[in-house]
Amino acid sequence: MAVTDDTTRAGGIGARMLRKEDGKLVTGEAEFVDDIHAPGELWMGMVRSTVAHARIAAIDTSGAASMPGVQSVLTGAQLADMELWVAPLPCAWPVTDDMVNPPHWPVATDMVHHVGELVAVVLAESRFAAADAIEHVIVEYESQPPVATVEQAMADVDHAHLEHSTNKAYTWAIDPDPDGTQAAIAAAAHVVSARFVQQRLIPVAIEPRGVLAVPSPMGGDITLYSTTQVPHVLRVMVAATTGLPEQKLRVIAPAVGGGFGAKLNVNPDEILAVALSHRLGRAVRWTETRSEAAGSTHQGRGQIQHVELASDADGKLTAIRVKIDADMGAYMTLLTPGVPLLGSFLYHGVYDTPKFSFTCEGWFTNRTPTDAYRGAGRPEASYAIERAMDMLAYEVGIGTDEIRRRNYINGGEPFEMWENPAGLSFDSGHYGPTLDRALELADVAGLRAEQQRRRETGAIRQLGIGLCTYVEICGLAPSRALGGLNYGAGGWEHATVRILPTGKVEVVSGSTPHGQGHETSWSQIIATKMGISPDDVTVLHSDTALSPLGLDTYGSRSLSVGGVAIAMAADKVIEKARKIAAHQFEAAPEDVEFVDGSFSVAGTPSKSVHIQELGFAAFTAHDLPDGMEPNLQEQVSFDPPNFAFPFGTHVAVVEIDEDTGGVELIGYYAVDDCGNQVNPLIVEGQIHGGVVQGAAQALYEVAVYDDDANIINPSLMNYLVPSAAEMPSIVTDSTCTPSTTNPLGVKGVGEAGTIGSAAAVINAVVDALRPHGVTDIEMPASPMRVRRTIEQADGGAS
Amino acid sequence: MIPAAFDYIRATSAEEALAALTEHGDDAKLMAGGQSLIPLMRYRLVTPGVVVDIGNLDGDLRGISVNGDTVRIGALTRHTELEHSAELEATCPLLNHVASLVGDPAVRHRGTLGGSLAHADPASDLPAAVLALGATLVARGPGGEREIAASDFFTGFLESVLAPDEMLTEVRVPVTADGWNYQKFNRRAQDWAIVGVAVCRGGRGVSLVNMGPTPMRASAVEEAVAGGATAAEAAAHAADETDPPNDLNGDADYRSHLARVLTRRALEAAGFA
Ligand SMILES: Cc1cc2nc3c(=O)[nH]c(=O)nc-3n(C[C@H](O)[C@H](O)[C@H](O)COP(=O)(O)OP(=O)(O)OC[C@H]3O[C@@H](n4cnc5c(N)ncnc54)[C@H](O)[C@@H]3O)c2cc1C
Repeated sequence: MAVTDDTTRAGGIGARMLRKEDGKLVTGEAEFVDDIHAPGELWMGMVRSTVAHARIAAIDTSGAASMPGVQSVLTGAQLADMELWVAPLPCAWPVTDDMVNPPHWPVATDMVHHVGELVAVVLAESRFAAADAIEHVIVEYESQPPVATVEQAMADVDHAHLEHSTNKAYTWAIDPDPDGTQAAIAAAAHVVSARFVQQRLIPVAIEPRGVLAVPSPMGGDITLYSTTQVPHVLRVMVAATTGLPEQKLRVIAPAVGGGFGAKLNVNPDEILAVALSHRLGRAVRWTETRSEAAGSTHQGRGQIQHVELASDADGKLTAIRVKIDADMGAYMTLLTPGVPLLGSFLYHGVYDTPKFSFTCEGWFTNRTPTDAYRGAGRPEASYAIERAMDMLAYEVGIGTDEIRRRNYINGGEPFEMWENPAGLSFDSGHYGPTLDRALELADVAGLRAEQQRRRETGAIRQLGIGLCTYVEICGLAPSRALGGLNYGAGGWEHATVRILPTGKVEVVSGSTPHGQGHETSWSQIIATKMGISPDDVTVLHSDTALSPLGLDTYGSRSLSVGGVAIAMAADKVIEKARKIAAHQFEAAPEDVEFVDGSFSVAGTPSKSVHIQELGFAAFTAHDLPDGMEPNLQEQVSFDPPNFAFPFGTHVAVVEIDEDTGGVELIGYYAVDDCGNQVNPLIVEGQIHGGVVQGAAQALYEVAVYDDDANIINPSLMNYLVPSAAEMPSIVTDSTCTPSTTNPLGVKGVGEAGTIGSAAAVINAVVDALRPHGVTDIEMPASPMRVRRTIEQADGGAS
Repeated sequence: MIPAAFDYIRATSAEEALAALTEHGDDAKLMAGGQSLIPLMRYRLVTPGVVVDIGNLDGDLRGISVNGDTVRIGALTRHTELEHSAELEATCPLLNHVASLVGDPAVRHRGTLGGSLAHADPASDLPAAVLALGATLVARGPGGEREIAASDFFTGFLESVLAPDEMLTEVRVPVTADGWNYQKFNRRAQDWAIVGVAVCRGGRGVSLVNMGPTPMRASAVEEAVAGGATAAEAAAHAADETDPPNDLNGDADYRSHLARVLTRRALEAAGFA
């Protein structure tokens, strides 16, 4: 789409507009779930399992039940007897027909399968009474041997679910020519074989999760306020799980402080709040604590990756073979089994390879379930291929930039609709320029010279430079293709656009913001489409009563699916308005032009009417064309024909204190291509946050479990989320290769930063340690691990 | 994250606070900045029946003054006041520097020097600084005031010689304008040290953070320095007679290694050859 400077200045597509929503978010005017209260509300206090795998022998609730302010204490068995639900918590992505899917009830009845699983619920008059009472619920456990790691799961000696004789949940493969892959590896001049560990991560949104369910006992309706990314999906799933009529349920996601995937699940607390409030006729609420979240809210990553690359003598890839062992945790939550598959198609990265084999096995462990976390499967994939490509560069003896250039799809030149070896069609790509620009922006030539100088002088602080060229898939669609993958939902998004009688515009968004700035971006799309000010646009969202149709926000889909739906609905409104204008002009609609918000008859500029003025005409309907319905309102459900494939090249620069092992990320340069940008400021913000989240995995974050599968670092004191102080000032730039998947030419950008950064940072760490002969280091590259790696490589102790 | 129920007394004078401690005994806890006490209460690791808030007390209990070659610091002086104090900059800049490395700005605006010492956390920065400086701590109890040498103060993990009915009122440090250094090694700016080392050349004080159950002097290093060892030689003894903890940030071996590296850096930066 052509974007004029005028519309950019006016706050249309392409303008670096400050976000409309930020004022209310940063001043406390916006209400989050925990700010909303209902008369007579009861607090849930969650009694959670303190052992990973056990039979519940007995629960004594008497002490807690008699405490002041306690309304009742309900065990899992009692709740089951109350028949509050008709189905277990849903898994919407049974990836294979024979996938093992142990029933996951909101509260355990006889067995617990991970620390943090609910065993009983206290209902109390205050959060304080609830917190006091849960300490007095006494649970007796008969411990079973826990499966604490993926390796233990694979050994299949102890079983995470006693009723299943294997811990394996499923095997899923893309392996069109296994013999061909094997032959290519056998014949290769160079082979790299690597094992990478994607450690488990705890998603840490700034707002913890919480719920409030408010019944209306006379009318039978229930409103669920939840810190969710997916109010629409949640409404369907709560109805299906509780058996309550869907039309009686209203789900509202008020201001939501980040999600990163951890708020797209259907959680026990949400089901409990709705079911109990319905049964008791009282509002029921809960807000998690941080340490509680580490066991009760799903975690991210959790994979062991085996990657083999084969190349000819020049480093040109001939085959890629990947085997993933993925940690499902104790249960299949909404998307658990599918997360590794979201990466499966991308293990060849931005490179052309004649042979490609991918196999994933999912394994149950007695740990908190895993599910989507920013990037969901794609950061894992880009990490594996981008780390392995560096190893191949060492093997071949060429630079890490050169190995990439030699293998880019279409030689790094532009392409459209490229068929990848996993059977997808890449919409568009042009990888070479992102690398060129990133090398230039970071002054990699200068950094290499400085690196050489430090190596020669034996400096204590050594320099490392890491590259990553990533590609990712976002905007999962079309719905038919998702059906082919056994995915339990469609890939469409819904939008409504209406011009109100006074000419202002209301947009109803099916995708649900939780920090991304939808209100701003959607206003900019309308501003460009209709030639009006973005201030004249209001965006309604996140409430199933206001926006009944939608599939919400995850997988970087909002703009490339939902934003496009909004643009298309705006086009439909403009077309209807054109007919009204033509009717007023007594002209044929084909003769009516639409420029800068005004309709006029070609050749008679004096006759003109602004689109905002037509809102009133459509509202009064006094003089509309024959047969036309009143009002200027149109809706679109857009089901894109394909995914979109954003890409980019990142350069990380680290300094390592070789004596302490401390790693400092001193520079970060990101050149991303997400097609056309609606708001470059928002794009940069997404890149910044995403980069930090990937760098966090590379250097800081890991959920650590002991041998009994207890998480030992559930608090922010020892689960190290980095702050701004640990990060360099990130330098961003972009190239623009419009998507061919949608009429706006846009691709998603919400996860791109994370998908590029972990590999870039670890590549930089390994680059710094190369003189010691180091070729790999596990994440997170903590100071102790870096120091140990140096000591081991040097063959001595400190 | 919800503390157990407790009663709250806001003391308007030191006498009132001490009276409350005498009345409630072991069941009472003083609260100064609350930056260590409140987290412990929220985890329900401590459950005092009565919290005696001395955070608002002022006068002699808060502020910095210099008297000859002694700097007097009220126990309720905030970390941020140490950090930005011009008097300290001229007389004991180690304390400005160390205070500036404690936690984050919010913590530094509430946390107090007395609270940090009384809490006796081996991972804390300021206890190491007062040890290296050879400070004297002043405590007031029902029987009046007593002076305690910093090196006699810390007795165990989160334990000191303070009686339950005593309150720290003042810290006295010798004027130490140069020849000092503090090395704090951590992973995130707001974190406690994985290992820290404080050095004061004048008093030949060297102390360690997070190398045992208490804030401690690096006696072996101090002795080596006194015996004329070079910085490198003395630093090799940094982990002698220590008992470093094992945690996710570092096991005992790694901490010992860090102690040696950081001690050498600190000694050299403080001007030892
Ligand atoms: C996020 C965070 C990060 C932190 N990072 C660091 C860090 O990097 N380095 C570091 O050193 N510290 C750190 N701290 C701790 C901080 O320095 C505390 O301020 C300090 O340890 C306690 O001081 P306070 O005044 O807040 O004491 P309080 O929390 O009020 O009290 C602590 C203990 O001392 C007792 N007490 C307090 N005042 C007196 C007194 N005058 N006489 C007798 N007993 C008293 C109390 O009864 C209590 O037992 C951090 C704290 C937080 C919350």
